[in-house]
Amino acid sequence: MPMIFGIPVQALMGQLLVGLINGSFYALLSLGLAVIFGLLRVINFAHGAQYMLGAFVALLVQQWLGLNYWFALILAPLIVGAFGALVERSMLSRLYKLDHLYGLLFTFGLALTLEGLFRWQFGASGQPYAAPPALTGAVNLGFMFLPLYRGWVVVASLVVCLAVWALIEKTRLGATLRAATENPVMVQSFGINVPMLLTLTYALGAGLAALAGVLAAPIYQVSPLMGSNIIIVVFAVVVVGGMGSIMGAIVTGYLLGIAEGLTKVFYPEASNIVIFVIMAIVLILRPAGLFGKEA
Amino acid sequence: MADHMQTAATPRAAAAAPRRRAGLLVLVLIALAALILAPFVAYPVFVMKLLCFGLFAAAFNLLLGFTGLLSFGHAAFFGGAAYFTAHAAKVWGWPPEWAILLGVAGASVLGLVMGAIAIRRQGIYFAMITLALSQMFFFACLQVPFTHGEDGIQSVPKGVLFGVIELNRGLNMYWFVAVVFALALWAIWRIVHSPFGMILKAIRENEQRAISLGYSVARYKLGAFVMSAAFAGLAGGMKALVMEFATLTDVAWQMSGEVILMTLLGGIGTMAGPVVGAGVIVALQDRLATSNVPVTVVTGVVFMVCVLLFRRGIVGELADTRLGRLLGLR
Amino acid sequence: MTPLLEVRDLNAWYGESHVLHGVNMHVQKGETVCILGRNGMGKTTTLRSIMGIVRQRKGTITLGGRDLIAMPLHRTARTGLGFVPEERGIFATLSVEENLLLPPVIAQGGMTLDEIYRLFPNLLERRRSPGTKLSGGEQQMLAIARILRTGATTLLLDEPTEGLAPVIIDAIGEVLQELRARGMTVVLVEQNFRFASRVADRFYVMDHGQMAHEFPVGELSARMGMLHETLGV
Repeated sequence: MPMIFGIPVQALMGQLLVGLINGSFYALLSLGLAVIFGLLRVINFAHGAQYMLGAFVALLVQQWLGLNYWFALILAPLIVGAFGALVERSMLSRLYKLDHLYGLLFTFGLALTLEGLFRWQFGASGQPYAAPPALTGAVNLGFMFLPLYRGWVVVASLVVCLAVWALIEKTRLGATLRAATENPVMVQSFGINVPMLLTLTYALGAGLAALAGVLAAPIYQVSPLMGSNIIIVVFAVVVVGGMGSIMGAIVTGYLLGIAEGLTKVFYPEASNIVIFVIMAIVLILRPAGLFGKEA
Repeated sequence: MADHMQTAATPRAAAAAPRRRAGLLVLVLIALAALILAPFVAYPVFVMKLLCFGLFAAAFNLLLGFTGLLSFGHAAFFGGAAYFTAHAAKVWGWPPEWAILLGVAGASVLGLVMGAIAIRRQGIYFAMITLALSQMFFFACLQVPFTHGEDGIQSVPKGVLFGVIELNRGLNMYWFVAVVFALALWAIWRIVHSPFGMILKAIRENEQRAISLGYSVARYKLGAFVMSAAFAGLAGGMKALVMEFATLTDVAWQMSGEVILMTLLGGIGTMAGPVVGAGVIVALQDRLATSNVPVTVVTGVVFMVCVLLFRRGIVGELADTRLGRLLGLR
Repeated sequence: MTPLLEVRDLNAWYGESHVLHGVNMHVQKGETVCILGRNGMGKTTTLRSIMGIVRQRKGTITLGGRDLIAMPLHRTARTGLGFVPEERGIFATLSVEENLLLPPVIAQGGMTLDEIYRLFPNLLERRRSPGTKLSGGEQQMLAIARILRTGATTLLLDEPTEGLAPVIIDAIGEVLQELRARGMTVVLVEQNFRFASRVADRFYVMDHGQMAHEFPVGELSARMGMLHETLGV
């Protein structure tokens, strides 16, 4: 059997794939956090809960309405995005004038509430969600078997990340968003409804989290706790990348996912904490983060 | 976080200083009386738990309320110290005073390391970094053998204080906790009102200005962080002896959130607020434990309501009433 | 004839400090009016209050008969009002062209991108570079050009010549002449009244948050004594 660094290629590739999968979710979630933070200056602690909501929407529309994965992929971001818009309009928008830490605390409370409600209704244990029939099975790549669904997740997240990046960096709407990030009052004086823009941005971020949740549902189990487990890691990813750059958030997400996967091969005991260790090292060497502009 | 904490030094306030001082004295006497009477009207274990969390929140408030730093990782100090104390008391057979001191020392060292990394960034980043580092500590606690993973360290002996006082007997443990609590709160009060505390407040109000005045802001922040960690460790160590166990619950991120809520609910930047907030939350959890309403839903909603409508907290709101001004709250 | 823009008894505050104490002014359609005054007298605040950027304000502001006081900031621009702030408000993360295309078109009759590039050839050359890589004069041109595209009919211009070289000031003067020829109404805040005298029809002199004097450009030389006194020039 072929070996690299004394590790069978098969195992190495397997963990690399696991890392890439995790990285896909880190990238999607830190992208959403960065988009929201850029305009609203709020760290959305409820991002994990919105990811969990996305997965639950997939599960519930299947159980209650018999709608399959592909419907869920469209419905979940819409439903969770609308819910996000409602929360932003009615509550979060009242906090913009205050210290940004209040936004963090509010969304933390929201995350606790949502998580608690779902635990109350559905219990703490996870429920399985089957991958769509079209994506079951695996292909032989020669050096390893690639489960189709996992390949799909990597491709889908990459496409979504690049699409969001292009939306923000290459379109007129994106230019408006960037301008509003720099100077919201000036943009509003041009006749652009900035409060509406903030609401839509929060909805977009929440929708992205929900999309990640649907993608995750067949891989991990659908559980009320799935969000809080991942969100703290994503915070570390965001600290490493710095929230100044959309591309930075995406790239850091994939890189740290892969780093985590490789750690599982070489030193499995540390795989839970490797991202936090990397964060600490980056903070010591480059406090602004890898792509950060602000000090 | 400083928007509601300034106390304007108007001439009228200055004239009211002696009256305020008398009011404060009355409050302290009432608090001491309550501390002495409490174990006869409520379950001593419940009151001790409340005092431990009150001290934890007061320690946290030293950092948030008086330095303006929001740590989302204080569970590491509280729960870490609980593990150290529990291990020293149970496995090594150390007397309680030394076991608790070990907890405090351990929490301080943790605070020094975490603080040194976290103060490299400010505001929201500071909060996220402390959260991530404490989560790292959580995973470490999950894996190292001495914490016994999911089981935790169970049946920790209370031991014999100073070689003479058996803490297992009667209300001995209660008096020990009450005295430590009172002394620690007094110490925090002294720190806040010392020249060191004044500089911390200056940093909270305007960091750039403090830098331009020539203060080494980073060192003061780190100092405050370590002190806050040490007091949180004291609370955690005591809690391990009171409850006779140390588990992963105390190092989990939910605990870091809880102490923020206690402080926010009671009143950020007030002396009594965190203790009051801790009392309300501990009592609430006690009530909810027997109902089928999940605790996190209630704490989550209280959190949102506090942030949206009630940012000054119970003591902050009370301080603004006539009675509050008369008593010199804040 | 009723004025296009009318301001009556306008008071404005920045937090606790009361900056405007009952400003009264009116501007006819197609007129270029210049507000003179020393620093800190409330010239910029007057423009920012008219635009609605300063929200703590009381009194009456109407544009073409529509009340601007109760209007949210993003509606104000839709009445045909355009604002070019003193600091110009060029976005660093946007290219020159993105800066130009940012403000939505609110009415017909605005300039097309081609017309703008003909009027400001420098901007065409640098359309792909970031907005803040431009020189001060080019940034000012961009800030004005950006509003011209939207079809705004009334322009509030805050100190457009500040810190610029004489050649550039001349160029801006030409742009203002062009605007006048197109029938644009302009309210201009200036310190440099030699420049202002070339473009303005009428002057207001501001003192302590009020309009202290008002006169047409023809009386400028007769008013020099008063101007020396109030402006310290």
